[in-house]
Amino acid sequence: MSQLVFRGRVWKLGDNIDTDVITPGKYLILSIDELKKYVLEPIDPEFPRKVKPGDILVAGKNFGCGSSREQAPAALKALGISVVIAESFARIFFRNAVSLGLPVVICDGISEKVKEGEFLEVNLEIGEIRNLNTGQIIKTKILSKQMVEILKAGGIIPLLRKKLGQC
Amino acid sequence: MAMTIAEKILARASGLREAYAGDYVTARIDVAMSHEETRGVLRHFKEAGVEKVWDSERIVILFDHYTPPPTVSAAEAHKAIREFVRRQGIKYFYDVREGICHQVMPEKGHVRPGELIVGTDSHTITYGAFGAAGTGIGAIEMAAVWATGELWFKVPETVRFIVSGKLPYRVMSKDIILYIAGNYGIDVAQYKSVEFTGSVIDELSIDSRMTLTNMSVEVGAKFSFIAPDEKTIDYVKARSSKPFTPVRSDPEAIYEKTYYIDVSKLEPQVACPHSVANVKPISKVEGVKIDQAFLGSCTNGRFEDLSIAAEILKNREIHPDVRMIVVPASREVYEKALNTGVINTFLKAGANICFPACGPCFGSHLGLLASGEKCISSANRNFKGRMGSPESEIYLASPATVAASAVEGEITDPRKL
Repeated sequence: MSQLVFRGRVWKLGDNIDTDVITPGKYLILSIDELKKYVLEPIDPEFPRKVKPGDILVAGKNFGCGSSREQAPAALKALGISVVIAESFARIFFRNAVSLGLPVVICDGISEKVKEGEFLEVNLEIGEIRNLNTGQIIKTKILSKQMVEILKAGGIIPLLRKKLGQC
Repeated sequence: MAMTIAEKILARASGLREAYAGDYVTARIDVAMSHEETRGVLRHFKEAGVEKVWDSERIVILFDHYTPPPTVSAAEAHKAIREFVRRQGIKYFYDVREGICHQVMPEKGHVRPGELIVGTDSHTITYGAFGAAGTGIGAIEMAAVWATGELWFKVPETVRFIVSGKLPYRVMSKDIILYIAGNYGIDVAQYKSVEFTGSVIDELSIDSRMTLTNMSVEVGAKFSFIAPDEKTIDYVKARSSKPFTPVRSDPEAIYEKTYYIDVSKLEPQVACPHSVANVKPISKVEGVKIDQAFLGSCTNGRFEDLSIAAEILKNREIHPDVRMIVVPASREVYEKALNTGVINTFLKAGANICFPACGPCFGSHLGLLASGEKCISSANRNFKGRMGSPESEIYLASPATVAASAVEGEITDPRKL
């Protein structure tokens, strides 16, 4: 069972980043491995080439608003984003992310507390972020036990398989 | 302690005596609805390695987004879903003939007060007009529901809109929800439950109530309720023989915020391109030339909507520069419109009348827009490019405003005709 602790470099985004910005509609026909090359294209076409596995996204309010397409969290996960921290999330994006095994956490005021390029250690189980550059400790919302269980299994489908295997 | 409707329904569905905003619960699903998105659900369901769905009588599958199929790939999706329905013995399946899921679900008796209903469509929230907790989920979560019958929920805070006054002539519930989006913003109900109450809501028909709860998702809501009353109970009892327990909020229930709206002086409202919150009173938008008028969708394709539009179109002709597309929300709506002469009025006025379906609302077929064109629409979203070319523009308004504008060839106050 994986631990919900992540270390990575920060990429910062603003408020109201919608699912059309994360995964533009015209590429939805592609497989996730192809689609991930176009993540955030409308605001930063180079992003998929700059990002490294384990990196962390820090966003403002209402991240993932718009359509219910699950390709948005799936493509971020495929790029290797380890966790998305935002001031708030749009509901269906948030649920899709957890179900697909992409860790997401709500943290008030995060945009002002970290800078792009800083390194963070995020512990989702105790709800704490450590800024490895400044030493600052930042509290996040605590995940529910259902979310922790799903994320530890790597998503809702692996969790189902595991549960069914036990029956 | 006192509870809201959302708290009561989630507590009951989770086998708990009480649940409050901020709690996380695992709830049993009463009804699980999916349309063509079922194809995505099938993929995840297979991946999970589950053989049989948890309950073949609690799943409803219907087609509305690509009906009849405009492409071979849509036809293949329908075929694959039909085969799955047969194999699994899904009891409630509605093929291309019935209409839009959110209209067909209550008509066929699948929406009952107090129940928890999930659907692979954001407008599943519409069912709150009947006091049911309806909400949209992704395909992957629907696969989990099919496998286990359960899903986790965060119990939401509730915000309340108390609507008073008297709705003026030819001002509709669509104008109220557009006013809310414009005045309070597209995140006024983010991740929250909404309750509409007040004398104006009591007076509204079932059709008008459904427009309010339907569009609550455009202001971020998870659930949207109108507490069941006699009208609701009569409607549901006429269509479902299953017992149900209506739920109302306790008088002492905690609301995060209460908004008071007096509609006595409300003008018809129009959401201008490209945001549902970019709302202006009609007096500020009148005169904008239009190329297309769309009357239909899960927001405003019901009998009352068609009927007020027909009242305006009676003995008039649609402007020669305008294409008007009318899509009744369901077969039942279509039949009633046919039997009451409403369809005849549309035909005489020069409208294109299509079979019941989602139609051009989300831009798949049946009347897309070219670059530079403007459409006045009774639907729910005016995002850039949603109905066709990214260089086209969508104005959202009530069915009355759509009909008046179709006659004049420009955005027109329906009170003037």
